Amino acid sequence: MSDTTDPRKLPSADPHTGNRRVDPITGYDTTGHDWGGITELNTAFPKIVIWALALTFLYSLVAWILLPAWPLGRDYTRGILGLDQGEQAIEGLRELTDDRLPWLSRFSDGDLRALQSDAVLIRQAMPAAERLFEDNCSACHGATGRGGPGFPVLADGYWLWGDDPGGIAETIRFGINSDHADARIAEMPSFDWMARADRLALADYVARLPGAGPVHSSLPGAALFTENCAACHGDGGRGDLEAGAPSLTDDAVIYGQDRSTVMETLSRGRRGVMPAWIDRLSAAEINLLAIYVYRLGQPVGEGAQ
Amino acid sequence: MLRLHYNLEKVSMGLVVAIIVAASIGGIVEIAPLFTIDETVELPDDLRPHTPLELAGRHIYMREGCYACHSQMVRSLADELDRYGPYSLPSESAYDHPMLWGSKRTGPDLARVGGKYSDDWHARHLIDPRSVVPASIMPSYPWLRRPLDTELLRERLETLAKLGVPYDEAMIGASQADALAQSRPDGEGADAVRARYGEKVVIRDFDGDPSRLTELDALIAYLQSLGTLTDAPYTILKASSADIPDGDGHE
Ligand code: HEC
Ligand code: HEC
Ligand code: HEC
Repeated sequence: MSDTTDPRKLPSADPHTGNRRVDPITGYDTTGHDWGGITELNTAFPKIVIWALALTFLYSLVAWILLPAWPLGRDYTRGILGLDQGEQAIEGLRELTDDRLPWLSRFSDGDLRALQSDAVLIRQAMPAAERLFEDNCSACHGATGRGGPGFPVLADGYWLWGDDPGGIAETIRFGINSDHADARIAEMPSFDWMARADRLALADYVARLPGAGPVHSSLPGAALFTENCAACHGDGGRGDLEAGAPSLTDDAVIYGQDRSTVMETLSRGRRGVMPAWIDRLSAAEINLLAIYVYRLGQPVGEGAQ
Repeated sequence: MLRLHYNLEKVSMGLVVAIIVAASIGGIVEIAPLFTIDETVELPDDLRPHTPLELAGRHIYMREGCYACHSQMVRSLADELDRYGPYSLPSESAYDHPMLWGSKRTGPDLARVGGKYSDDWHARHLIDPRSVVPASIMPSYPWLRRPLDTELLRERLETLAKLGVPYDEAMIGASQADALAQSRPDGEGADAVRARYGEKVVIRDFDGDPSRLTELDALIAYLQSLGTLTDAPYTILKASSADIPDGDGHE
């Protein structure tokens, strides 16, 4: 054993690479390192990797010239193409909207009822409407408009504010109890001042209303209802379209019409908030959604696909 | 054959120096612009800092790790503009220490979520996401109903003021009172909050329980403020594209 570990000083060493003994089996050079008889092949770095590396360096050189690249204190090299990501994104958005414009612009104004019976237009527009609904509305009204406690079902044909697509668009535009100045207002006052016995009688009466006619007018709650509630909910709770107070005689509910939920409604009051969309969606998109929502409420076959 | 690398590998100190040089080019390109950031990023005139209640909510947002699933940065890509609204500007988060842009999106981006949903929806969604979005994989945070600890707010505002966020003496002094007042629309302090932080601050009983100030109040106040601290992004979108309907009409 010699007293040096430098491969270049080993006997028969190549002064540049150390001992380049050729491995008899593979035919490769060895590195000259020797660990108790185990030697290491000096296999070459794969050519393809070197080429790939060279190409990426080459690309970066091109990119420095064409694209924004190096910081220069208060500025940066802008590249001869003069590209700006923000402008590009806005340009891309314009192209997206231009593609939709031919059919979407027809929703910007006009009679929504007439548009809704244009089968070709509707077939073209409904996929976009569905996407808009999923992005903006489904979190509250459910993916298919089936609603949930506190958020009304839109797919049942019962409407708090009338069943006219124009009116529905108005609701979407400004919202209900939202921050917008033109929002629709629907406030159910709290009746916590009322004696508990009276509230229980009312809850009992209201819980029996769905599906029933004036059959229950003899119940103790009936008189209380006429006195305190009918102004908003209509005689016998039949509802009053365009006022936001729901009919209490149909099957549709927002919060629930069992006794305990009605008791909660009476003691706390209710003020459901539907946000205004005028700042987020265009006029055409809102009208499109109004038609989409209106069609959700139509019986299958009569307009709905 | 070029033997430069071959020989460099055999001089260990030379290799170390070469590695440091190569790595610092990448570092310098990213770090150098930060030295001139005060001059290159222009702050919009109407940019306001977070109110103390929103700031408390921001800390809950960080504590609960919401950023692990939600980014707060609309990227400059057409599809993102279409879905979320105008892309995020650096100036929007100038007062955020640390910023919460994030890059992981298990849930949607939240940079423009302020005003999109009602307080009631946020409360239900945070307490039990599946009660409103049946297919949601977001975790429930039922403990957010506990009382909000406002003890540290004063120090938090002071620290941020040192970092250049424009909290003045009055704001720092009233931080605890302002936090409570922002959840009491009919209370006495509401006007003071508006006077200090601007007319557009949302003052509501966020969690639907007027008797208590809870963590839910703070977190919802924070969520409702996202994307509303300045109108700058909306005006950029409008200025460069008057005919694009999306994002139109935002005041
Ligand atoms: C934050 C939750 C929320 C979101 C998001 C939401 N809504 Fe609503 N929406 C409500 C609530 C709550 C009501 C009922 C308000 C009330 O209680 O009076 C409502 C009511 C409505 C109504 C009136 C229903 C009727 O019977 O007259 C329509 C139409 C409607 N929403 C459509 C939409 C559309 C379209 C979208 C998406 C652009 C949407 N909503 C997004 C919560 C929401
Ligand atoms: C000032 C008008 C007004 C009066 C008076 C009023 N309500 Fe209401 N009520 C409303 C409105 C508006 C809503 C819908 C609230 C919402 O959507 O958040 C409502 C909702 C309800 C609901 C919930 C319905 C559902 O689908 O879940 C019940 C139950 C109810 N009212 C019962 C009563 C009873 C009983 C009285 C009388 C003691 C009464 N209301 C008096 C306006 C009124
Ligand atoms: C495990 C990942 C995960 C975590 C952690 C998480 N979320 Fe979510 N979040 C989601 C997913 C997925 C959705 C979409 C489904 C839904 O609406 O629930 C979502 C939706 C949301 C939305 C509605 C966004 C929109 O535009 O529809 C808000 C707001 C939200 N999360 C807030 C929070 C807050 C605040 C926290 C922390 C307390 C949090 N999230 C933590 C995954 C997560």
